[in-house]
Amino acid sequence: MTGSTRLNLLVLPAVLFLLAVYVWPTLGLFRNAFNEVGPTGAMVEAWSLKTGAEVFADGFTFELTLNSLWLSLTSTLIALVLSYPVSLFLFRTNSRFRGLLAVIAIMPMLISGVVRVFGWLAILGDRGLVNTLAQSLGLISTPMRLVFNWTGVTIGLAESIMPYMILALLAGFGQLDRTLEEASRSLGATPFRTFLRVTLPLSLPALALAAGLGFVLSMSAYITPKLLGGGRVFVLATEIFEQATTNTNWPVAAMLAIYTLGLLLLLLAISNIAARRLQR
Amino acid sequence: MNGAGRVLSGLAAIVYALILAPIVVVVALAFSADSFILFPPSGYSLRWFRQLAGHAPLLNALWLSVQIASVVTLLSLAVGVPAALALAKGRFAWRDALTNFFLAPLLLPTLIAGLALLLFFTPLRLTATLPGLVLGHMTVTVPFVIRMMTTAFQTLPDDIEAAAATLGAKPWRVVWRVTLPLVTPGLIACACLSFLLSFDETVISLFLSGPRAATLPVEMVRYVEGRTDPLIAALSVLLIVATLIVVVVVERLVGVARAVGK
Repeated sequence: MTGSTRLNLLVLPAVLFLLAVYVWPTLGLFRNAFNEVGPTGAMVEAWSLKTGAEVFADGFTFELTLNSLWLSLTSTLIALVLSYPVSLFLFRTNSRFRGLLAVIAIMPMLISGVVRVFGWLAILGDRGLVNTLAQSLGLISTPMRLVFNWTGVTIGLAESIMPYMILALLAGFGQLDRTLEEASRSLGATPFRTFLRVTLPLSLPALALAAGLGFVLSMSAYITPKLLGGGRVFVLATEIFEQATTNTNWPVAAMLAIYTLGLLLLLLAISNIAARRLQR
Repeated sequence: MNGAGRVLSGLAAIVYALILAPIVVVVALAFSADSFILFPPSGYSLRWFRQLAGHAPLLNALWLSVQIASVVTLLSLAVGVPAALALAKGRFAWRDALTNFFLAPLLLPTLIAGLALLLFFTPLRLTATLPGLVLGHMTVTVPFVIRMMTTAFQTLPDDIEAAAATLGAKPWRVVWRVTLPLVTPGLIACACLSFLLSFDETVISLFLSGPRAATLPVEMVRYVEGRTDPLIAALSVLLIVATLIVVVVVERLVGVARAVGK
């Protein structure tokens, strides 16, 4: 049918656009990782592994990797523990405000990250909400350092990934069979025991998928480590940006970016395999 | 079992307080009378809103962001909606492969995409220009439009279009007079979200912005890095209100969870 053939042609502008502005630049990124930086600091076109060898021989790369992994692990765990009750609540509630509550839970992902980071500065700063409160209650005499260090970045990151994890968990709960919980209750188990022995094990696949998502999002986050870290928190994301802009060392930035992308794919694969294993 | 239970509701309420805390605090701080970040503020005033009204760099950046987001939205719909229509209604062998191709950019972290675009645009002299920023933002919004509109087209009932075709309407006439009017709510919601995605896009803009062309989030990041006073809070109130308007519109038209989820 001619009409249908012409309908297919409608994908062409989008395909051409993505080939030019997404596929080609991404290939260029890979290409750049094999260029060299000359003694003057200028980039030299080459096909060599010199940049790669330099990057991976540097102990700092290893330190950055550990920092990134540790930061992602802690903020993902915090976000998971906090997101779980919200998702389960939204899944179970009969409240007529359910729709509104769901929107409020995922709304932060639509609010600018810079705005939310600024909010955390006002909560965690030296004269922020937490320190003012603790001082007026007489709990501490000098302010606690809660921002411009790892604590602030971990808290800010956990908050920023929560909406995504709440959505992922909600999608996973869709497969939860309510009759199993009811059977457990009617056989005399307490609500807590039912949760521990029935609900939690059944939601493990969803937890694994949400954890993978949170891990990937926090490892590639740049704004939160940059602004809440105050220049004292070094992770792969901040180093990639620094190398690309301040140092204009593109081969190193590209090599680090490809390395980070590889780590992300590996982590995603692990969480997917874990989710599938737990499904059985 | 009925509902969520008291323990679970209590836990959820605590987490909700945490989720809303940064937003509530920012709004309260915007009306602070202090010259630095002190929370709770020692007094309240509108001085930071007055300060904002006279702050040229932030206002210029705001205007640039509005311009970029408008152009990005129009172009993304022009490129993305036809593709979504073809994916949803067309019948061809490589449709699944094409769908994956269109969705892949959504999975690439903007940190990597921003770097790739910086390396690509610099020799072309497109960094820190309006076209460069528009194209950069479109790598995020075009796949988003395609994903959202493909779902919108797929959930349309086929029988109305079939009826129009049976009554002798040509395929293009069916699309123009039946399909597009039916998806108008989805289209408006999609336009609002594309605008917001472009307006809030920070990392790609940070890679592509120079001193000449800085979008609002870039200018805000620079300000926060240099100083800590409530000026950004006053600006944030405007952004939060704008976001809430978009959220309400999208929720009424198609549902926020459906629009941003998979």
